[in-house]
Amino acid sequence: MTALFAPTRPGRPGRAALWAGAALLAAATLVALLAPWLAPGDPAALGPEGARLLAPSPQHPLGTDQLSRDVLARLLHGSRVSLLAGWLSAFVAVGLGVAVGLGAGSGPRWLDRALMTVTDACLAFPRVFLLLLLVSVARPGLVLTMLVIGLTGWMGVARLVRAETLSLREREFVAAARGLGLSPWRVGLRHILPSLWPTVIVAATLRVGSAILAESFLSFLGLGAQEPVVSWGAMIQAGRPVLLDAWWVATFPGLALALVVVGCNLLGDGLRERLDPRRGAVTRDE
Amino acid sequence: MIPWLARRLLWSLLMLALLATIVFVVVRLAPGDPVAAAVGEAPDARDGQLLRERLGLDRPLAVQYLRWVGQCAHGDWGHSWRQHRPVADVVGEAIGPTLLVTVTAYVLQLVMAIGAAVAMATRRGRAPDHLVGGVGLAFQSMPGYWLGLMLILLFGRGLGWLPSGGFGSAGAADLSGGARLVDLLRHLALPVATLALGSFMATARYVRAALDEALGQEFILAARARGVPERRLLWRHALPHALLPVVTLAGLHLPHLFGGAVVVETVFGWPGLGRVAVEAIAARDYPVIMATTLLAGALVTLGSLLADLGYRRVDPRVRLGDPGAT
Repeated sequence: MTALFAPTRPGRPGRAALWAGAALLAAATLVALLAPWLAPGDPAALGPEGARLLAPSPQHPLGTDQLSRDVLARLLHGSRVSLLAGWLSAFVAVGLGVAVGLGAGSGPRWLDRALMTVTDACLAFPRVFLLLLLVSVARPGLVLTMLVIGLTGWMGVARLVRAETLSLREREFVAAARGLGLSPWRVGLRHILPSLWPTVIVAATLRVGSAILAESFLSFLGLGAQEPVVSWGAMIQAGRPVLLDAWWVATFPGLALALVVVGCNLLGDGLRERLDPRRGAVTRDE
Repeated sequence: MIPWLARRLLWSLLMLALLATIVFVVVRLAPGDPVAAAVGEAPDARDGQLLRERLGLDRPLAVQYLRWVGQCAHGDWGHSWRQHRPVADVVGEAIGPTLLVTVTAYVLQLVMAIGAAVAMATRRGRAPDHLVGGVGLAFQSMPGYWLGLMLILLFGRGLGWLPSGGFGSAGAADLSGGARLVDLLRHLALPVATLALGSFMATARYVRAALDEALGQEFILAARARGVPERRLLWRHALPHALLPVVTLAGLHLPHLFGGAVVVETVFGWPGLGRVAVEAIAARDYPVIMATTLLAGALVTLGSLLADLGYRRVDPRVRLGDPGAT
């Protein structure tokens, strides 16, 4: 009897996932950039009184909301907030994570201890509470939201980068650099950091997706970007009271969010297959 | 073992103290005025001042902090400013519902993850592998609150099978035991489904990787050589091996579960800790904010302690390592 399953290495999502993810994200980015030209009219324009909560029709492909605004126009404009918040907060999180991880991994032992203690302390806290608490401290807005999401999302990156740094430290090219008498900081910044980039890029891509979801949840609670800025989370909140009468108001922004996040996850997974140094050898000989 | 445990406990307490201090300072530096939030719009200047004095808000921050610590040390969590009840009551009522929904969801997502991982690992590269992976990825990428709304739309409205929110029907208190249980389960179904659907894929990927690894090990080869049927090999030999770390490290899942609880309780009007916390933050109800935060922090710390303990028990190699490493 042949084996029901073959004990080989884990299957690869493959090239298709990578390209599908990249295409989804590229399309979303294009939509965000071209929103004013693509959108049928002004997202904030109030329609006539009688055009409230119209079901999808040729004239309004995705229907209208309580204020007679076109859902499609708002959806296209909302992509800007989501993508901007996603990329910038991922940038903050990854930047902070790389700084902490690299410092801990290549600095002196006391620094490692101190930084990892802080990291563990931050990890020991449910992130949603932290987000809500920090956002409620100041007046809600897009910039604050992005900062807060970045500042609460760096711990995983820091641990990853530290582990990677510790293993790079044992490699010969780093030993050689140290043998030349370079300072630990120079070794860290000029010799270890460049080798970290595959790890960092994968972490960043996956982080964009979770940052987009976090931003949308804060907007859903009314703690994110404020009117007249359009955001998908706020659109879903607006559709919630009329969910049972006008499903289209809340449904389409959620679908858009899911599509963009699927794109990020596919791209991140695909990139990991290609770039992860531990799997590099496997990928290359195939 | 004992010195390690003592050090670990002390460490956890220190973390909680640090957490309490940070949250205390952050909340009180916030610009919003709790007195205004409690009294209503634009309180009379003198009334507001009186209330501030009574709550001790006119004192320096350090004095307020020490007073709060002293009260807590006596087991007094203070009064909710918004609900005018002891904080212990407010929070105590909410723990049960939160544990009910999170624990049920955890078990359900574990079962789903096992099913998905087995389906993917045994049909590697074929249609079921891609299908399960794709569906899981889709659920994983959806905003949880939106998934909840869609389930309400589908099962609450479209099919009319399940109630769309709340902890029980209006007349549930009068029902008999069995009927009440059914009523509770019907209300539990959608929140639990929302949490489990959103999180099972992350676990499934982990189990699948562990399963792949286990299937490549020599004890599987040896069992196969002895003529153990493939099905039995999978369920009785490889799967327990792959699941051990997952179950042992369940405690590390707690922060994630809490995050999910906040989302689900908000959407379904479930009277749990997450909703209490969200409302307290909105109303600047300091005593309740402190209590929910600390409770969540304590449970998360406990979870990671249990995970450490479990892992040390299961994997002797950990015990030989640096005992101070946490």
